[in-house]
Amino acid sequence: MGVVGERLQPTLFERSRPGRGDGKIPHAPKDALDRIPAAARRAAGPALPELNEPEVVRHYVNLSQLNYAIDTGFYPLGSCTMKFNPKLNEWAARLPGFASLHPMAPDEAAQGTLQLLWELERALAEIGGLRAVTLQPAAGAQGELTGILMIRAYHRSRGETERTEVLVPDSSHGTNPATATMAGFRTITVPSARDGGVDVEAFRAALGPRTAAVMITNPSTLGLFEKRIGELLEAVHEAGALAYMDGANLNAILGRFKPGAAGFDVMHFNVHKTFSTPHGGGGPGAGPVGVGETLLPFLPTPRVIREQDGTFRLERPAERPTSIGRLRSFVGNTGVLVRAYAYISAHGGSGLRQVSDDAVLAANYLKHLVAAAYEIPYDRPCKHEFVASASALRKRTGVRTLDIAKRLIDYGFHPPTIYFPLIVDEAMLIEPTETESTETLDAFAAALVAIAGEAESNPDLVRGAPHNAPVRRLDEATAARQPNLRWRPMTGAQMPCPD
Amino acid sequence: MPYGPHTDADRQRMLAALGIADVDELFADIPPALRAAGLDLPDPEPELELSRRLTKLAGRNLTDLASFLGAGVYRHWTPAAVDQILLRGEWYTAYTPYQPEISQGTLQSIYEYQSLIAELMSLDVVSASHYDGAAATAEAALMTCRHTRRGRVLVSHAVHPHYRATLRTYFGAGLEVDEIPVVADGDAAGTVDLAALERLLADKERPVAGVVAAQPNFYGLLEPMPAIGELAHAAGALFVAVVEPVSLAVLAPPGAYGADIAAGEGQPLGIAPQYGGPYLGLLASTDALVRQIPGRLVGMTTDLDGKRAYVMTLRAREQDIRRDKAASNICTNQALLALAASIYLATIGPHGLRDVAVLGAARASELERALADAGAARLHSGPYLNEFAVRVPDARAVHRRLIDRGILAGLVLADAEPDDPALAEALLVCATEVTTPAEIAVFAEALQTTLRGRPPVAVEAGAGDRAVAAGRAG
Repeated sequence: MGVVGERLQPTLFERSRPGRGDGKIPHAPKDALDRIPAAARRAAGPALPELNEPEVVRHYVNLSQLNYAIDTGFYPLGSCTMKFNPKLNEWAARLPGFASLHPMAPDEAAQGTLQLLWELERALAEIGGLRAVTLQPAAGAQGELTGILMIRAYHRSRGETERTEVLVPDSSHGTNPATATMAGFRTITVPSARDGGVDVEAFRAALGPRTAAVMITNPSTLGLFEKRIGELLEAVHEAGALAYMDGANLNAILGRFKPGAAGFDVMHFNVHKTFSTPHGGGGPGAGPVGVGETLLPFLPTPRVIREQDGTFRLERPAERPTSIGRLRSFVGNTGVLVRAYAYISAHGGSGLRQVSDDAVLAANYLKHLVAAAYEIPYDRPCKHEFVASASALRKRTGVRTLDIAKRLIDYGFHPPTIYFPLIVDEAMLIEPTETESTETLDAFAAALVAIAGEAESNPDLVRGAPHNAPVRRLDEATAARQPNLRWRPMTGAQMPCPD
Repeated sequence: MPYGPHTDADRQRMLAALGIADVDELFADIPPALRAAGLDLPDPEPELELSRRLTKLAGRNLTDLASFLGAGVYRHWTPAAVDQILLRGEWYTAYTPYQPEISQGTLQSIYEYQSLIAELMSLDVVSASHYDGAAATAEAALMTCRHTRRGRVLVSHAVHPHYRATLRTYFGAGLEVDEIPVVADGDAAGTVDLAALERLLADKERPVAGVVAAQPNFYGLLEPMPAIGELAHAAGALFVAVVEPVSLAVLAPPGAYGADIAAGEGQPLGIAPQYGGPYLGLLASTDALVRQIPGRLVGMTTDLDGKRAYVMTLRAREQDIRRDKAASNICTNQALLALAASIYLATIGPHGLRDVAVLGAARASELERALADAGAARLHSGPYLNEFAVRVPDARAVHRRLIDRGILAGLVLADAEPDDPALAEALLVCATEVTTPAEIAVFAEALQTTLRGRPPVAVEAGAGDRAVAAGRAG
């Protein structure tokens, strides 16, 4: 038995047989559509698959077993904070009072959810050392866009339209420059200092009257706390620019460092990282954004307001003309936010600080073990994650980080993030999180060390990995050259169904 | 710590391995002046107490009203299989399938999602999900600008107000959005004013990249989509259709009327209302636009042994590869909701989906007749599928009074569109397959009573509000 299940499945379309799967919905009267003009109607119904429920269940259960997941094993994907997702939170989000509430229900019908959202905003503001929080952004990247658009609105409100540049360090997440472009800014990339930290002098040189904002991830994507963050923030503000904090790595600093209190003007939270809401195979997340006093007027609309009498309501359209507006429909990914609220409540202030303490301790412990076989390019205490490099191993054996990652699959582990950050050769970004036992950490380190040995003694074994997964490495070149992005009966002829 | 495995002995063992005495030493790199002294938050809440409190909080929401509220989010019946399958940890505790060899489940499910939505839309390329209908619409509009290298988009005033607001935010940084007015009266009232659209497109100084219209539109009305598309194309612009997926079981799909891009809200496909999300942004395009579409794409390929397999592809559009040149900054998407929509469609099948759409239309006809008999006639006269506006004097006060009678009488249109005088006295109501004849009867009866008992027009609206409040307090 491999690390995941082995039964590949035919597509839903190949399983389809005409006439199956009827009977769940009452049939509608035949004449119900007579009042719809023929020109607006569909000529032929969509050719969706026809299946009965047992087949659908087997299809999806078997497919699910082809996945590696936190619930099945260790998932040290750096920068993604793959911690345990508490079951209580799934239960809570499905409570009928939360799940079936319509987003345009009148405020008086939504008091329970509005109170929860209001309290969550305040908890996040405390965690970030910020003045206020919007829960609207649907994910971290949308949070970044929210923050940068607020910064743009701030400069415009002061007539400083010549501020057209956003500075990011070369170790930043790809979303930072992509966000700057979406918000109409030019990205200036600043090289990191030799110790992996931000190069304050290089930033000083790049800062000027054209700088709108600086986007910093702290701890950085190398898992290192920016020791000179105070100096950097001072320089940013002296230049008349604002400081954006990418909160992706907040899991390292809960109760230890409050970005807003330290001088950041705005930050986003990734609740699917720090506050354990499930990653869902790619989403959903939620990306609340907190601001200090400066950006308060520009927060997206609608905000949740608590009235004098203790009731809650949503801001009405056009109630706050300085707002940057909406980033999406309705108030946000509320179902995700219910889970985050439950997580924060279960931990309390002391528990959240313990989360960071344990996450940082586990990362340093694992780094110590991994250092037995790999280079650690920045060897000082890390925060919740660290970078190891297989650069020397590759030079000696030809085995690449990609091969090591694939070989880890054979050992039963999800590989770490690889080839990121871009500034480290043959990088592995490893984030163990606080919910993994020392037994798991020891076993993972032992696997990495064993693979380094295999690279020396039997490099082909590593280069051919994985050997213990339902499929081998994929032909990605053909996938990109001749994209097959949807099922057509012809596809089946070319690539026979696995059954 | 409710979910952490470490005992004090474990922590000591790790500290000893590191040769340090206290975890504080690992935080010594935080400058002393910037260190926080902990968090001013409540104490940890044991699960037993927390679950009780959450139950109580959820209970404070009024969700047992007979609801006729749609306005972009629709109540539907969802087969139990959908949530049972979603609750498998292999789905919801995995992340983006960066390692395809151990993510074939997620990858195949996304490929199947792309295929199902492509079939519904009659378009070839479907992105693996966006945040919601509004963000997907904004991304669609941005695609038209990148493809045509023009900087102005026209959006119908009858597109959902939240979508238009989102579009304005996304376009706030240097791109232009103009609204196409709707016809004021007559048979086409409430739908895109084609003559006005033609005039807006004729401005040679400000060429248009894309035209955005919704089918059905925000008022539930059916738009002349082929005509809108023809006008857009004649001006060298792309045509973006904003669609509701259940309706596509019976309404012409975007690909059939020449839409280049379709966007929409996937919530009706088995996703609970949840007060705003997580939902599912649908985004589809023609093959010609495949390199402009933002978000993840999964393709079918083979592994080294020639075995069929799936992988994320055309990644050179994405932020982690292209950084500031990417098609969008999107990273985390709504994959689990795309899975929910796929399981929903697989479980009810094409006939079930058609039944959902047609039953909704049938119930809506009944609702229209009942409300008209109660004194609330339709605001527009054009065709609709399952949602429509009715004229109700003093709509806000009537709406509030009906809540006290257990009825959520749709949306007060003036709350959504405060600046539109045509909508000042109207409710937007909808019916779906879960609406019952009994609910319709109760609504109509209560509305009739309320309209009859309505205070004379001279009384200001606030008086009604106070009456409701007073009645409640009593």
